[in-house]
Amino acid sequence: MSEMSKIVKTISNILFPFIMIFGLYVIAHGHLTPGGGFQGGAVVASGCAMLLVAYSSGWIFSKIKEKRLSAFESLGAIMFIIVAFFGLVFSGVFFGNFLAGSNLLFGTIPAVGSTLADINTGGVLPLMNFAVGLKVIAGLFAIVLVMAYASSTKEWKK
Amino acid sequence: MIFNIPFIAVVAMVFIGLYAVLFKRNLIKIVIGISIIESGVNLFLITLGYREGGVAPIYTSLPAGTNYPEGMVLPVPQALTLTSIVIGVAVLALMLSLVMYIHRHYGTLDVRKIRRLRE
Amino acid sequence: MNILNLLIQHSPALIVAVPLFGAFLTPLISRVNEKVRNIFAIFVLALTGVFVLLLSSDVIPNGPRVYIFGAKDHTIPVLRILFEVDGMSIFMAIVSVILALVAVIYSWSFMKENSGLDKYYTLLLLLTASMLGLELTGDIFNFFVFLEITCISSCALIAFWVHEGEAVEAAFKYIVVSAIGALFVLFAIALLYGQYDALNIATLASVIQYTFLDKIALVLLVVVLGMKAGLVPMHMWLPDSYGRAPPSATIIIIGATQASLYGVFRVCFTLYGGIFRDMTLSSVSVGWIIVILGLITVLVGVIMALIQIDFRRLIAYSAVAEIGYIFLGIGVGLVVLGDPTMLDVGKTAMQGGVFHIINDALDVSLLFLVAGAVYYATKENSLNRMGGLARNMKYTTVFFLIGLLAVAGMPPMNGFASKLLIYESVYRINPILSIIAILCSILLLAIFVKVFHSAFLGPKLPRFKDVKEVPKSMLLAMGVIASLIIIFGIFPQIVLSNIVQPAADSLLNYGDYIRQIVSSFSGGM
Repeated sequence: MSEMSKIVKTISNILFPFIMIFGLYVIAHGHLTPGGGFQGGAVVASGCAMLLVAYSSGWIFSKIKEKRLSAFESLGAIMFIIVAFFGLVFSGVFFGNFLAGSNLLFGTIPAVGSTLADINTGGVLPLMNFAVGLKVIAGLFAIVLVMAYASSTKEWKK
Repeated sequence: MIFNIPFIAVVAMVFIGLYAVLFKRNLIKIVIGISIIESGVNLFLITLGYREGGVAPIYTSLPAGTNYPEGMVLPVPQALTLTSIVIGVAVLALMLSLVMYIHRHYGTLDVRKIRRLRE
Repeated sequence: MNILNLLIQHSPALIVAVPLFGAFLTPLISRVNEKVRNIFAIFVLALTGVFVLLLSSDVIPNGPRVYIFGAKDHTIPVLRILFEVDGMSIFMAIVSVILALVAVIYSWSFMKENSGLDKYYTLLLLLTASMLGLELTGDIFNFFVFLEITCISSCALIAFWVHEGEAVEAAFKYIVVSAIGALFVLFAIALLYGQYDALNIATLASVIQYTFLDKIALVLLVVVLGMKAGLVPMHMWLPDSYGRAPPSATIIIIGATQASLYGVFRVCFTLYGGIFRDMTLSSVSVGWIIVILGLITVLVGVIMALIQIDFRRLIAYSAVAEIGYIFLGIGVGLVVLGDPTMLDVGKTAMQGGVFHIINDALDVSLLFLVAGAVYYATKENSLNRMGGLARNMKYTTVFFLIGLLAVAGMPPMNGFASKLLIYESVYRINPILSIIAILCSILLLAIFVKVFHSAFLGPKLPRFKDVKEVPKSMLLAMGVIASLIIIFGIFPQIVLSNIVQPAADSLLNYGDYIRQIVSSFSGGM
């Protein structure tokens, strides 16, 4: 699809950091407020789709190679499984929450009942949220990019 | 009666989606029909968890006076619905890319014309 | 606690996690080299096979084993996702791992000239992981998630050869039918959850009463899982998909079909087991429906296979017929469930049905691999244009002969042992069903002799002058399956007493399965 006018490009340049920060906020606070890996990743991917519409898909496809997006996606998935294996090594069961209660990264245990939100809680959950969020951003952006590029060119290359 | 309206909506959405899948000729309309059925089933899952007068099942800064956990809606159906939405996104992406390939090979999106595999 | 006990204790999670980890690592490893990626895939599946064998050595003597994710013990009410492995689950896992390992060995040289192979191996490992998760899980929503992952990965594998339009059309038909079916399974799961507030299969089976909504859930679950297993009249996607996928992917999709078959048995025998026992719903009616549908499946599969001229589509229709035999055997087991006087008939039928699962998987896989070898050598799909290949491809001809005899149920191949058990028990129920089943088996022999004649015998064709034998890895894969077929045929007692009888018994004694979680459950054999 062809690119849009200068006004659209400028506004999407201004808006994209805000969308990205909101999406990362939703990913990072997944254990306190509604949200988490998939929801935040979908928000950031829709911001990327907005960029795809404003600049043409051919230009973005030449700037971002699809293999790099595939590497990010694999990285997110591998981080998820490695955190699960760490649960097996340190805590005795697969997917065990080995960070809750320890004084490592996310180790505080919240009080029972209605509290103010403390981001330092949750144990292994925020790490898994980050991994899933990275995978969803890369995956959805790759899907939208390849579909837009493939439907705009007449000749597909393998 | 008013608490049965979501269930009636679920049945209506499933039937509309089935009508679109069975009787429409365009491939994209069939994909839209599947998406409507999926929305209907997700609505059914969410509605199962409703408790009358309940608040959202989040412990951060609850409104004063709510007794937890009896005054909250059930959180488990919300997790099931989220999983189902993610699966629906993946299936939809796969179906749309297959539709793009079919259009490239057959030149048309009419279901009655893409029947090279018979008997 | 030495290292072996530690591995056995954690093996239900490792069986699913190791192929999943391999599937996520494959895009990164395939940037290095092609050979490294192939060896990595074989290594991951061999490791999974070792874990499956370790777990089977513990589950078969000792009874079901529970693995809880994220906690050491389970609380009442059950909150966590858990895997529960009994004899039937580990039997299906053995079948799946054998098929996956053979497929990866075969695709070393079969898929060598294709591009995009890193995605192919990723999909293969992902399909194996989700198939194994489907067979080991004890939580019904987890079953649905793995069912959907299986459906998505197998659809992407069917459409792998995107340069021909028919493969993409077959994949589209498959995904439309599968997606709507899986949404109805989710609807049935929501019905069960809304009534009993439990997602665990054992907990649901202990508290289920047979209300009207449970009847709807039973019908939806059996129809959709039967559709994914290839039961007539819902089998329409099967010949298209099996006939158009790459043959090394087809044999894993056969494994996925058997996994849906396992889902039907888990629903009928464990989830609704108590209802069939105290005759609230007569198991005779459900059993008779499955028996009649199984017989119609055999008939339709054989009759449609008579008129095919495409090689792989013909084998796909014979695969439909073989699934019908399994439904016939298990349906007879369901019919005599409440009748204590015909217990031995029930046990023979169940053992025949369960043994036929592994026999059907091996036989039809061998035929598909031979068809793939013929396609690799001659690039032809249609039987009208083949002929005289036996001179150049000697080993492939011998493997096709072994597969032909096995599918038709001739001794000394393994098909004879399982089909004999099915014929015996079906005869005691109603002689006419058994006679029709035997006639269809003879008709299968006739069909495949015709195929053998038109593909391999006959005069040498000039355009096949320089057709060579297929590469060694494909011969190795076919050889492994053929030797398994012959071993199971000559010594069926090894398989029957070691893995088939515990599987059939664990389906009949559903109380053991439930008592692992709900320890106060009374009832069950």
